[in-house]
Amino acid sequence: MSISPSAAPALEVRDLKKTYPNGVQALKGISLRVAAGDFYALLGPNGAGKSTLIGIVSSLVNSSSGDALVFGVPIRTRRSEAMQMIGLVPQEMNFNLFEQPFQICINQAGFYGVPRKVAAERAEKYLKQLGLWDKAFEVSRTLSGGMKRRLMIARAMMNEPRLLILDEPTAGVDIEIRRSMWKFIQGINAAGTTVILTTHYLEEAEQLCRNIAIIDHGRIIVDTAMKNLLAKLDVETFVLDLVNACTELPAVDGVKLTRIDDHTIEAEMSRAHDLNSLFAALSARGVTVVSMRNKANRLEELFVRLIDANDKEQAA
Amino acid sequence: MNADATLIALGTIVRREVTRILRIWSQTLLPPAITMTLYFVIFGSLIGRRVGEMAPGISYIEYLAPGLVMMSVIQNAYGNISSSFFGAKFQRFVEEMLVSPMPGWTILGGYVAGAVLRGLMVGVIVLGISLFFTKIHLFHPLVTLSTFLLAATIFALLGFINAIYARKFDDIAIIPTFVLTPLTYLGGVFYNVDQLPTPWKEISYANPILYMVNAFRYGLLDVSDISIGWAYAVMIGFVVVFGAVCLGLLKRGVGLRS
Repeated sequence: MSISPSAAPALEVRDLKKTYPNGVQALKGISLRVAAGDFYALLGPNGAGKSTLIGIVSSLVNSSSGDALVFGVPIRTRRSEAMQMIGLVPQEMNFNLFEQPFQICINQAGFYGVPRKVAAERAEKYLKQLGLWDKAFEVSRTLSGGMKRRLMIARAMMNEPRLLILDEPTAGVDIEIRRSMWKFIQGINAAGTTVILTTHYLEEAEQLCRNIAIIDHGRIIVDTAMKNLLAKLDVETFVLDLVNACTELPAVDGVKLTRIDDHTIEAEMSRAHDLNSLFAALSARGVTVVSMRNKANRLEELFVRLIDANDKEQAA
Repeated sequence: MNADATLIALGTIVRREVTRILRIWSQTLLPPAITMTLYFVIFGSLIGRRVGEMAPGISYIEYLAPGLVMMSVIQNAYGNISSSFFGAKFQRFVEEMLVSPMPGWTILGGYVAGAVLRGLMVGVIVLGISLFFTKIHLFHPLVTLSTFLLAATIFALLGFINAIYARKFDDIAIIPTFVLTPLTYLGGVFYNVDQLPTPWKEISYANPILYMVNAFRYGLLDVSDISIGWAYAVMIGFVVVFGAVCLGLLKRGVGLRS
């Protein structure tokens, strides 16, 4: 029975394995499904197998066994059709440093069979959206690191892919540019493009992605909705800004307090613990809180725990 | 990819190659012009006058000119594809093509066409330079054109294989220096192989460049040391074999996909 492309998941991976010639088993049988229109995070420590998985999906790496299907089209047997639907932003810079951004985009469109006139319109559109139009006709090796990363995103959009894969797109990019890149990618996703993101900035995955898979030692250890994963976290951390300088931390039952600086402390506590008792305890010790916020590292906390648990399991 | 899209993709690679050749013209077009001018001055004009006729009515410089044109075409077709494709591998922008829907033969076709065009540009330049030193006849235009195309294609395919296996820039310099140049010099560019003693004469027949140089010389001067039919058989055979090897390597992703 053939699957109609519209009903099929954007990416389906079935028992994918990869062993490199040097014997390293990078993927040990991975299976996952990314629904069409999803914003999906693929996380894992360095060497976990994320880039190998992306390499197989983008046909840069040959799998040892298993299948990968893009909108129902198997990469192994119908590579050309599958690749037509994918846009890839790789982790490493991989464009001709002696060409101009405009030319790089036009060429990329050409490789997908996009007519030159259409390619020129798209290049202008995406380079403008990513704030690179004023650099469009400069030699690309003169671009800054952030500009080079944005250029790779513009290039990946030249075939207007249905599935955009971003492998650490914001690595080494300052927060302002990172946020502008998030906005662009969110816009692309809102317009219907499925996005798969790998990143080491867990705050980024938490803010952008609806579903998440964590890969470690070549295996998927978590594959769920972001909110379900975050709900598992039974500890929450709050950042408290104080009116007066606090040199000595008071002891509060059930709460772990950490001093950040004279006017800031962090309170880590169980979700079951009520905040009123924390404030009452602090007031009783003469500590006045002027403002408070959630520390945005919930996913980081979970990520570290899951990886640690998996490492212990592997060692056992 | 449908035929229109494939044609656009092929044209994109060819356009990029030609742009590269013209952008770095001082590395791609100027050196063969200078080198070949020196060959014509030293071997053609100065030494050639003392050599006399190589065939009835054919002076040494006339005999030399087709060989020098073919030598430039071979070296530049090979050098273009090996340096350009290896450069794309080295800077990793070959991945732009590998992740695209383009089939392997389109990538190969685009790079070979670029190399053949560089051979054509250099060939025309060297032919133009030769006109300052001697007169060139065109006895068999179709033989001249087809020999040029076949020879440039053969060495473009060989350069592609070299680039696929190369891991560092030294690897693309070794073959031209230690294989291509000796074969070219011993391929009948400067002399008639019938002048060689046994067994060197017989050994020379194993040199593929001999067939290309002689077929090209036949096209321009109506003079050849070997059978033209045999020359075509050898050249077409090499195109088929090397083309199949290149496509096989691309399909398996040797040196490109891990």
